[in-house]
Amino acid sequence: MNFDMAPYGAYIWPAYGISALALSGLVLWAVAAWHRAKSRLAALEENA
Amino acid sequence: MNFLFRYANPHQFMRLSGAVLPFAAAATALCLAAGLYLSFSVPPDYQQGTTVTLMFIHVPADVVAELAYGAIAVCSLLSLVWRHPLSDAAARAAAPLGAVFTALGLITGALWGKPMWGTYWVWDARLTSFLLLLFLYLGYMALWNAIEDETRAARACAVLALVGVVNIPIIKFSVDWWSTLHQGESIMSGKIAGVYMAPLLVMMLGYVLLFLTLWMVRIRTMILERRARSLMQKGLQ
Repeated sequence: MNFDMAPYGAYIWPAYGISALALSGLVLWAVAAWHRAKSRLAALEENA
Repeated sequence: MNFLFRYANPHQFMRLSGAVLPFAAAATALCLAAGLYLSFSVPPDYQQGTTVTLMFIHVPADVVAELAYGAIAVCSLLSLVWRHPLSDAAARAAAPLGAVFTALGLITGALWGKPMWGTYWVWDARLTSFLLLLFLYLGYMALWNAIEDETRAARACAVLALVGVVNIPIIKFSVDWWSTLHQGESIMSGKIAGVYMAPLLVMMLGYVLLFLTLWMVRIRTMILERRARSLMQKGLQ
């Protein structure tokens, strides 16, 4: 593997960094929303 | 159509997607890991140098952004014409995912454009129509949140999605129809050197699988939220 992106590292690494952050954030957001919805429904079913 | 209605009702969807999700998530992680390994194993391009590495995240983001909008349009059609019970949730669930992939396509494209074109942005047909796609996503999500009645919101959003779908072929063919700074179609025409095709295709598969996996999670979330709302309404009566 070659990580030497010279002379364009200043463009390539931010692009990879932003993509990694955005996609990880999307995964975390989707999973957190799923868990929230699941526990909310469980609480409602318990009280019903 | 019977097949769709039989296997895409909320109960069946929860059962099937629950079984498929772990495999889809594993395949996504595997593809993205392999794609990243391949992306950093290619030699620099003779013209673009190491910036060719940006292709492996820029093109897949663009492809998924358009795919997600296509999915919203199909679901909207199913919602308007056949009143399919899952289609509204499926369309709504895909919008924020598509918006993020569109934003990523624009950002990675700008970061690729600066060293190659000398500018982050130019108002050419491809870039402008792609920016319009982001606005369509934002407008679609805003409209969902603006109308309180879910049935009316779904109908208005379905119409907006179907009107906006005309932008997808414009994005695709903009480089052929107008003189643009953006390069022309290069995957299907075989203009990309073989050494770059493998990482590009693996990353594309990884991005598509990531979208499909997250889409399933989002639809499942919306089904649970619907059940919760219905229970609350019953409790209030």
